[in-house]
Amino acid sequence: MAVPELKIEDLHVSVEEKPIVKGFNLDIKGGEIHALMGPNGTGKSTVASAIMGHPKYEVTRGRATLDGKNLLEMEVDERARAGLFLAMQYPSEVSGVTNADFLRTAINGRRGEGNEIPLMKFIKTLDKKMNLLEMDQSFAERYVNEGFSGGEKKRNEILQLMMLEPKFAILDEIDSGLDIDALKWVAKGVNTMRSDNFGCLMITHYQRLLNYIKPDRVHVMMNGRIVTSGGPELALRLEKEGYDGLKKDLGIKDETVEA
Amino acid sequence: MSTQIKPLPFDAENVINFSSNRREPEWFKNIRVKAFGLAQQLPLPKPEKTRIEDWNFTNFNYEFNGTPVTSPEELPDDVRKLIGEDEKGSVLIHQNGAAVFRNLSQSLREKGVIFTDLSTAVQKYGDLLQKYYFKTSQIDKHKLTALHAAMVNGGTFLYVPKNVQVELPVQSVSIQDAPSSGLVTHTIVVAEQGSSVTYVETYLSQSSVGEGVANVISEVYVGENARVKFGVVDHLTEGVVGYVNRQANVARDGSLQWALGQMNDGNTVSENMTTLEGDGSSVDIKAVSIGSGSQRQNFDNHIRHVGKATNSRLLVRGVQKDAANSIFNAVTKIEHGASKADGEQTQRVLMLSEKARGDANPILLIDEYDVIAGHAASVGRVDPAQLYYLMSRGIRKEAAEKLIVEGFLKPVVDLLPIEGVKKQLAGLIERKTR
Repeated sequence: MAVPELKIEDLHVSVEEKPIVKGFNLDIKGGEIHALMGPNGTGKSTVASAIMGHPKYEVTRGRATLDGKNLLEMEVDERARAGLFLAMQYPSEVSGVTNADFLRTAINGRRGEGNEIPLMKFIKTLDKKMNLLEMDQSFAERYVNEGFSGGEKKRNEILQLMMLEPKFAILDEIDSGLDIDALKWVAKGVNTMRSDNFGCLMITHYQRLLNYIKPDRVHVMMNGRIVTSGGPELALRLEKEGYDGLKKDLGIKDETVEA
Repeated sequence: MSTQIKPLPFDAENVINFSSNRREPEWFKNIRVKAFGLAQQLPLPKPEKTRIEDWNFTNFNYEFNGTPVTSPEELPDDVRKLIGEDEKGSVLIHQNGAAVFRNLSQSLREKGVIFTDLSTAVQKYGDLLQKYYFKTSQIDKHKLTALHAAMVNGGTFLYVPKNVQVELPVQSVSIQDAPSSGLVTHTIVVAEQGSSVTYVETYLSQSSVGEGVANVISEVYVGENARVKFGVVDHLTEGVVGYVNRQANVARDGSLQWALGQMNDGNTVSENMTTLEGDGSSVDIKAVSIGSGSQRQNFDNHIRHVGKATNSRLLVRGVQKDAANSIFNAVTKIEHGASKADGEQTQRVLMLSEKARGDANPILLIDEYDVIAGHAASVGRVDPAQLYYLMSRGIRKEAAEKLIVEGFLKPVVDLLPIEGVKKQLAGLIERKTR
């Protein structure tokens, strides 16, 4: 089996006519974990939402392909079935729909009619993954994200990631609002996903997450594009110096895109 | 006269003959005859923002038969599924108004519980029935209540004596399958002081009816300190025009819970009214409906606080698809003297199509100072953020919408106490949202 590849080239994204992402390039292959860092308001989450196909985000230029297939021409659900997953910063609540029903519908949506996952197999898998994430069994029967704490929502995103087993996952600030225990559980979940058939892009402000999930590459985003890339040592440097040192080196005064 | 009154398709002699054929006592026949006179004169109800003048409420066959069965195996499949194999509760099944199957447990009979069809009740328990018949709802309210009293051809009587606790749900199923029939059924549920009971009624019309009518009135009396749970699944077919009136009166410290699944496919006028008469009485109403096709529906939910420290909760959820048009009115009235009353209502309407229409009108009428009252009403579309979230997991748009709708209506499905009925409502929701 060929190693999966997510390729983003010269991506430009506008939100309500306002250009946010201006020429973003990234190539991730299966087996790689990349971190996308940068201060607030530089367009990181916009890249994630645009790739997933959020209706508010308009791609004005560029390409995004998964295994050579054009993601930008697909509906949101088609992108997901092509193998893309986005762990969202603010996941929606869906009242009246249990987590278990939601997950089973999603899994069966991928597998297609006539090839549905047997109920017992589903329950066993779900139990196993919830245990790994230290989630109480009652989560399965609770309504999707309704009444969940911030940390519970994040863990629920990782649970979905582990159940759906996509080729590529974008984790949009999965570490925000997590205490150290929850962060460890989330990291454990992501680390079990590591394989040649899985690539991951982690969006984060902080180096802290990278102590638990070791990235192969680190990219820094400012002004709507990647301004520098490096290995894990780049994140350590940012942790020490903050973004100001980097801005000085690059001659950037205002790194944000939101006026 | 400014309004034209269409002549009724039957006359007083028909009404008298009908009553005689059913061997009804004088008092009941007299109500029919008097009501028939009223039905000829009274105007139709005037539900807000819904024109019903050209709906057929009056033209129907009122005399037909059911075929009695001796065991549940002889019942149609969909009915058998409803009562389930292992449900040991009491069951009464009507076909076109006639009781065709009944099961009342020995222990309830010994405790004095009465559970029978209206026709039997009129003959055997006339004195008792008379105390409750048309006491919460008035015969002369409008043409449809009067017509109901004149032409009633079916119904159920459930009487729970003082301090008797009925543990298992009591269930009544009405099937309408006679061509062009009018199902005119009157149900009375009485829970005497300190008693408790769960009752579920289901109305199913079949496509064989074609163009028909259903005129359904249910009256509920909750005695002092009694508890009643009243569950409903209405499913009248497209050609059946429905008038559905469910009324209740709750005495001191009594409590009533309504769980209404209103899944008709035809035009419907629904009135649900509860009077909290006694101090400390309470009502909890949860109602769901789906409008589809070119259906017109009007849902009126009224709560009247009379007693002190009375409590009401109303939750209405409606889904509108295709070119359906529904009006949802909710009135919480707190009478003078009902101090410490607490009434809260919420109505939410979810629109699934551009052509559908839905109105939610919240009304609070308050004649007392020391009260709490609140309302919330919203009409909206499926939340795009929710849809995006579900689709981002690979769920197709239609399936995602279906999940959201089922979740939206779940509060009532969960409340229905009988597994078979719960499944049926879930099945109807699934079918109507497909």
